[in-house]
Amino acid sequence: MTALMTSKPTAPSKDKRWKLVEATARRHGHTPHALIETLHTVQECFGFLDETALRYVAEMLRVPLSKVYGVATFYHFFTLKPPGKHTCVVCMGTACYIKGAGNVLGAIEKKYGVKPGQTTRDGNISVLTARCLGSCGLAPAVVFDGEMGGKLDAAETLKRLEKWENHDA
Amino acid sequence: MTPEELVKTATIERDAQSQCKHKICVCMAAGCLSQKSDQVKEALDKEVARRGLEKDVQVKPVGCLGLCAAGPLVAIDKTPAVPLDPELPMQRKDVPDLMYQSVTAADAPDIIGALGGQPVKRILLPTQSPFFTRQKKIVLENSGLVDPERVEEYIAADGYDGLLRVLTTMTPQEVIATITRSGLRGRGGGGYPTGLKWGTVTKSRGMQKYVICNGDEGDPGAFMDRSVLESDPHRVLEGMAIAAYAVGASVGYIYVRAEYPLAVKRLKAAIRQSERLGLLGSNLFGTPFSFNVEIRLGAGAFVCGEETALIASIEGKRGQPRPRPPYPAESGLWGCPTLINNVETFANVPPIIRNGAEWFAGIGTEKSKGTKVFALAGKVANTGLIEVPMGLTLREIIFQIGGGIPEGGKFKAVQTGGPSGGCIPEEFLDMPVDYESLAKAGSIMGSGGMIVMDSTSDMVDVAKFFMEFCKSESCGKCTPCRVGTAQMYDLLDRIARGAATEADLKLLIELCEVVRHTSLCGLGMTAPNPVLSTLRYFRHEYEQKLISSEGNGKSAGSNQHAEVAR
Repeated sequence: MTALMTSKPTAPSKDKRWKLVEATARRHGHTPHALIETLHTVQECFGFLDETALRYVAEMLRVPLSKVYGVATFYHFFTLKPPGKHTCVVCMGTACYIKGAGNVLGAIEKKYGVKPGQTTRDGNISVLTARCLGSCGLAPAVVFDGEMGGKLDAAETLKRLEKWENHDA
Repeated sequence: MTPEELVKTATIERDAQSQCKHKICVCMAAGCLSQKSDQVKEALDKEVARRGLEKDVQVKPVGCLGLCAAGPLVAIDKTPAVPLDPELPMQRKDVPDLMYQSVTAADAPDIIGALGGQPVKRILLPTQSPFFTRQKKIVLENSGLVDPERVEEYIAADGYDGLLRVLTTMTPQEVIATITRSGLRGRGGGGYPTGLKWGTVTKSRGMQKYVICNGDEGDPGAFMDRSVLESDPHRVLEGMAIAAYAVGASVGYIYVRAEYPLAVKRLKAAIRQSERLGLLGSNLFGTPFSFNVEIRLGAGAFVCGEETALIASIEGKRGQPRPRPPYPAESGLWGCPTLINNVETFANVPPIIRNGAEWFAGIGTEKSKGTKVFALAGKVANTGLIEVPMGLTLREIIFQIGGGIPEGGKFKAVQTGGPSGGCIPEEFLDMPVDYESLAKAGSIMGSGGMIVMDSTSDMVDVAKFFMEFCKSESCGKCTPCRVGTAQMYDLLDRIARGAATEADLKLLIELCEVVRHTSLCGLGMTAPNPVLSTLRYFRHEYEQKLISSEGNGKSAGSNQHAEVAR
């Protein structure tokens, strides 16, 4: 037990990004309540949380793996799957919904055959939904790779997505 | 920082500002920023430099200017709002002299060229419209006026003056008495008297106490807290520090959604600056009082807006609520007495201390004092952020300030309070907006989202939309909410598809009552509200979708069944 308490878990690989993860845990004194903050750092660095990362965080903060998994799956912000090359986030807040965000999402689903939270089979486009982006003045809003597009309709959205296809073709 | 240094910082900053002949404020809040207002600012900066006007013209990034629908917005003040005597309080204008709308980088030369002369007509935004003149700004008084990333500007706008006054001239009891007299109520939606809450935490025994700022703005269609944090982060920090002094806490946490990266960035900068100047930290203004603030990021769970779930989340756990009592005021974060208030509540505190409780109590209605910030969105001409005194009618807000329904549409209902609120129909438009009236109409004040719907909106579909939200956001801890929301969603879906009978509708209503009365936390207790309020005012829309005629016998049977179940 003493050995477990004192020995420092080693990072899963030599990837420098683990240093940032370790720094976050250290800033909070490797306490269990640093769990969410540390997972945020992992996701920021790697884009998603895989099993290796969850195990490492659990060991570092001395939290049971089951609890780490519980937290990682409870919060929508965390994702356990690697994201696609491009991401498209459709806002499904009330204002966007009233102004037709459902049609936008439906059109994407029809064309690419992916439901919210899924990635196209070629790993090119991930489609996500957001509860509210807070840009209700621009409703319906869609974020294309971090860039906000406002006052969109289904046709315009698909046009923007096609750009991603052509780039890779 | 000593009291003298605070005054000196304010004086230096005000002097510098009064040197400038023209102040160009570019909105850099999320709404305008997503329409490339950063490029507008860059172009303006370049143009000023090209003409060598750096001394006379100041281009600065500011927080939300309000009318998000017309962004990117640029405001121009001919006369800087700085008094010549630094001892006098800052003069504030609710409406800037001149505003431009939908500005692009290409407009920069024209805007600079027009300074001091005739404004550029092409992009002029009339500022004498009711959208600007009917507002009353307390929480947003600095939004669109100060650069949120510079603490000096906040200090020049009388910032941290309230904290100084509290620490040097008032006892904690006097602070609480002032807040109680002001009549301030929690702006997160519940409307619990703030002074009473502070008093309870003060009386609770414990060596360590905490202050938490709830910035987990989960309601879809609400962005008031985000705007306040982005536009004026120091105001929230000052409010928290004053609260901490009043209740005897030394550590504070701000819980912000990770979905608001700009707000997080500005808050982090604000905390760093305040720590550097000694406005946060140990022995503030040479008094024994110490206060430190940390940020905690939410991770996308609506239920974390509930106070006990939020505390669990700060502790690094799944955000699941627990039964109350004990309330957080007695046993909160790590079992210590904890004060939790909303962003907007804390933002109201500094002006109350500065201007006095009586000034604040003079605004609003008998039971709801002060102002409320609303995020106006949906089928309304002027979508954006507004702050109005309590007691204004819905008609004034939607048709005067909001500019009515665009494209000749007809008003149908307004939704307040997000998934916990309800839809208010036309006959209540002349009702004053305060906590009690909204509750009477079957909705709630909520955190301040206001979504306008026109005749194209199908109310069953709206109810289904909110139920889908509650179903997926239910944390799963208590059965009524976890199972109830899923069942209610299925019933609503069946009604929307035209596959339901009268009995299904009855079952839905009954289920609403059960979930409302037996759920553990606010999420479940209020989840039926959108259904009940749309049923109350738009029942015919539900009934139209039911399978009629042959369903009669069946419906009577299941009704008896329901009676037995009761």
